Amino acid sequence: MTGPSLMESLFQRSLDDLIKGLRLSPPGVEAAFIAKSVDEIRREIKSTDSQTKATALQKLTYLHSLYGVDMSWAAFPAVELSSSAVHSHKRLAFLSASLSFNPNTTDVILLLTHQLRKDFSSSNPHDVSLALSTLSSISTPDLSRDLTPDLFTLLNSSKNFVKKKAIAAILRVFEQYPEAVRVCFKRIVENLESSDMGVLSAAVGLFSELTVKEPRSYLPLAPEFYKILVDSRNNWVLIKVLKIFAKLAPLEPRLAKRIVEPICEHLRRTGAKSLEFECVNTIVTSLSEYEPAVKLAVMKIQEFLLDNDPNLKYLGLQALAIVAANHSWAVLENKDVVIKSLDDVDVNIKLEALQLVMAMVSEDNVAEICKVLISYALKSDPEFCNEILGSILSTCSRNFYDVIVDFDWYVSLLGEMSRIPHCQKGEEIETQLIDIGMRVKDVRPELVHIARGLLIDPALLGNPFIHKVLSAAAWLSGEYVEFSRNPLELMESLLQPRSCLLPPPIRAVYIQSAFKVLTFCIYSFLSSGDDTSYPSELTDSVLKGDFQESSDTATITPISDTDLDDGLNPRSSHQPTKCVSTGNGEDSVISHEQESSASLKKQQLTQKSVMDLVNLVETNLGPLAGSHEVEIQERASNVLGMIELIKPRIHSSTDESEGDKIKGELRASNMMKLMFDAFSEELGPVSVSAQERVPIPDGLVLKESLSDIEAICDDIKLPISSSFSLVRSFSMTDANTIHERPSKEEYEPSSESTSLLAEHRKRHELYYLPSENKAMISNNYPPAHERKDLAIDEPEDLVKLTKQSLDLRKKRNQAKTRPVVVKLDDGEGAHIAAKKPELNDDLISGAVREVLLGNEAASSSSRSKSSNKASKEREKNELNIDRPSESKMDVTNTVESEVGHGSSRRRKHRIDGKEKKHPSSGKEKKEHDHKDKQKSDHRHGKHKSRQRADGALNVAAQSSVIPDFLL
Amino acid sequence: MIRGVIVMNDRGKPRLVKFYEFQPAEKQQELIRSIYRVLCSRAENVSNFVKVDSLFGQDVRLVYKTFATLYFVFIFDSSENELAMLDLMQVFVETLDKVFSNVCELDVVFNFNKVHTILEEFILGGQVLETNSSEVVKTVEEILKMERAANSIKVVPSIPGWQGR
Repeated sequence: MTGPSLMESLFQRSLDDLIKGLRLSPPGVEAAFIAKSVDEIRREIKSTDSQTKATALQKLTYLHSLYGVDMSWAAFPAVELSSSAVHSHKRLAFLSASLSFNPNTTDVILLLTHQLRKDFSSSNPHDVSLALSTLSSISTPDLSRDLTPDLFTLLNSSKNFVKKKAIAAILRVFEQYPEAVRVCFKRIVENLESSDMGVLSAAVGLFSELTVKEPRSYLPLAPEFYKILVDSRNNWVLIKVLKIFAKLAPLEPRLAKRIVEPICEHLRRTGAKSLEFECVNTIVTSLSEYEPAVKLAVMKIQEFLLDNDPNLKYLGLQALAIVAANHSWAVLENKDVVIKSLDDVDVNIKLEALQLVMAMVSEDNVAEICKVLISYALKSDPEFCNEILGSILSTCSRNFYDVIVDFDWYVSLLGEMSRIPHCQKGEEIETQLIDIGMRVKDVRPELVHIARGLLIDPALLGNPFIHKVLSAAAWLSGEYVEFSRNPLELMESLLQPRSCLLPPPIRAVYIQSAFKVLTFCIYSFLSSGDDTSYPSELTDSVLKGDFQESSDTATITPISDTDLDDGLNPRSSHQPTKCVSTGNGEDSVISHEQESSASLKKQQLTQKSVMDLVNLVETNLGPLAGSHEVEIQERASNVLGMIELIKPRIHSSTDESEGDKIKGELRASNMMKLMFDAFSEELGPVSVSAQERVPIPDGLVLKESLSDIEAICDDIKLPISSSFSLVRSFSMTDANTIHERPSKEEYEPSSESTSLLAEHRKRHELYYLPSENKAMISNNYPPAHERKDLAIDEPEDLVKLTKQSLDLRKKRNQAKTRPVVVKLDDGEGAHIAAKKPELNDDLISGAVREVLLGNEAASSSSRSKSSNKASKEREKNELNIDRPSESKMDVTNTVESEVGHGSSRRRKHRIDGKEKKHPSSGKEKKEHDHKDKQKSDHRHGKHKSRQRADGALNVAAQSSVIPDFLL
Repeated sequence: MIRGVIVMNDRGKPRLVKFYEFQPAEKQQELIRSIYRVLCSRAENVSNFVKVDSLFGQDVRLVYKTFATLYFVFIFDSSENELAMLDLMQVFVETLDKVFSNVCELDVVFNFNKVHTILEEFILGGQVLETNSSEVVKTVEEILKMERAANSIKVVPSIPGWQGR
């Protein structure tokens, strides 16, 4: 030993020293200590002394595993040490490798190939086991390929200790290198008959992993598994076999029939809870059509549910949830336990119980169940409370509110839910309120009623999660104001001063809704004077509603006929007194001037109240016209602008002569009619894909309409042109050409701002998105591609859209409506296609099938005593042939052909691949291609000479995969 | 398949970390922290299973159990039986108890390699290979004897100190 290395080994810190140091270092200094230690390790690990190196590596592995220290730089020392003759060093090195090597990036893994191979053949079983365990952690395709022959040997080891580890390790090798299946599969299958529990358990465990991925390939092994199921008394093995059958049984009804009895037998016999649970699980997942078995399983589940062990209770509830899908009686039988479990201390149990309760929901009991759940939600912690609310919301809205019959009830439930203090489901409730409003016409009056209740509830303003609900409520009360019993009160709730606590976007909705309500009121008022039948009826109902509403709303002091002239609503007291007094003065004047008929009296009252209303709006929105929030400011200005136009008309009616009054009113009512019509266009639900399907009408010349707009609008309003970007989505090519022309010819020269923009673009080309489309130059905003989808989908956007151009609204009205719940007949809420199966699994199962079906054919042929010798020879051949078939070409062939195809197609392609190699094999084989249980095709393709001999086997093979002695 | 085995103390310090599919070091630490958060939030005397789909993917759950100051955690997917995992954990702890005679947190802290060796005898590549604690004790003792024999030639033993306990 040289000097320095001796010094190193003498004064080197051991792992113990390191750990002690870590434990002593105060929390803040730990990182510094680790950094220092890593520096030491970096030095030590270069040492030529293997002991020093080993200790350094050990320390580093420790820091890596428990403190997350990077050790990718120390991969090579680990490889070096792995060849040490000292077992403990080797163990250290392999542990380090398996904990830190990344199979995808650590390139020194390949350097381990030789060492692993050497250790596989070691006479010391612990060396072998160490190597196997390492291989399973770091296996790469290359490593797996190179070591497959050695594993094949180990599978036949005389030591069961080694054999079982080899079986376990080979799973990873299969995953990395599916071709290994062809080599090793047969030996593994043989181990299913092993008398050693360890080996058998490993083999069964391996199959249970493999079946998860692609069960069908393993059906031919059913007899072997069945034998284990019947004979074995080892719970561990039985559990694994049950796992396998749970996957196989759904594929083969005859198999299911066969295994029901043994499984029930185990269930009755066993005392082990784990096996019991596995039997129950297998029955409820895969054998649910066997009534007696299910009954037995449910009985066991009941035992679990009543057990004191929370684990059993939890698992019982889980199993029950699986049964519930096909046998709802099982849940109903255990209803009490389930409901009681909602109150359990264990969150797991509560959640499972909740899921089960939701599974019980039907048209008849939905109200009852929701009532119970809401009461639980009220007393639960916030988290679980929201779980409950979430599942109520999703269950009730499922399949277009399938379970809901009484929408009035459901809507009020939504209101109730928003009032629960912990509620955080504002967004979902918002969505559903608006959705129901659009889909279900009959519920609108109730919706408006609920909406007002929500708007005036002071508690809701304090919960930011509920602001969304308020936004929905505001929108509903504006959109469906004609169903309101008292629009004036609605207006007050929309204008309440506390709404300034809300975020601006939601206040904007409030203001817009106030606009709609105002329009509605003034229009009804004006047109009722004109003898127009429809709105006057409305006004009547409005007025009647006024009386009812004010008397049955607790928060409002009752208003009798006599004090009606004293302000419409007590809460108008928050208005400046001046406003009220002027209203009173006017009122008295009016009452003298007008004739006294009943109808006119009503109208007169309305006139007064309309004035009040207008004043109310004016006082409340006036200050907002100076708001810093653009949305609020703009909307407030809109309303105020309209009031300015309308106000003189209403005033004039009081102090001008009869003729002028009528004239003024007529003008006013014409204007209001326009507004009212604009707002009373009904919104319907629109499917996400609806817009794509709207064809561009023949007569529509987009160019002309664009130039019209050009003439009408000055350049301030130009952003309107961005709405034409919607057109682009109809058909890219059409829209593009249309888009391009006007932009070049008309936009650019005519509008100053756009030309400025173009100028700017020219100068700062660099910062602009590149565009081939010249439309970009003229458009102030890039075309909003996504907006189309969003606008239709999101209720929020629907709210905004009501304020946008009327063109859009026309489009949405093309949606079909159905009387009760409007559903769209196209793929609304379409599902995403199932994801592609993993390529590797396909390869494994493909190989498995090939090998297994080969076995099958071989055994059947030997049974029929025909060409016994030949078949054996073939087996031998197969191994020999297949090993060279590792050749890349085969692999790539299969890979290429397999991507994106179903299993039957896959098979065909595979054969095609083979046929390329053996062009002489005939076309006739393709006849069998689609047949799923078709077996020997591959082998056909492989060797022309075997073709004729196999002919007979093919016929036998097609009949069934599972031999008849089982079925 | 078993996805991982973690032993950590009641303050979230990991004592044994073994994932059967490669996880980068940072990811491991992150997973441990998330698991610790979940375990902390659970009351006593409740069920031992937790769904951890969000951390490990579909159908993956963990079973945990506290022994003195340590949380033992097994992470596994749908091809393992929940109760069997609980049993296996029990056997694993029993084995530690036998090997270290009356195991405590310090034993696990100072016997990093030995605990890994024991675990390796139970689980290989995520597959359970042994469920009998005395078999494992026997094997582990063989290995230790072998190492000691080799080490007796050497000046410094590789795993000193705590072996005798």
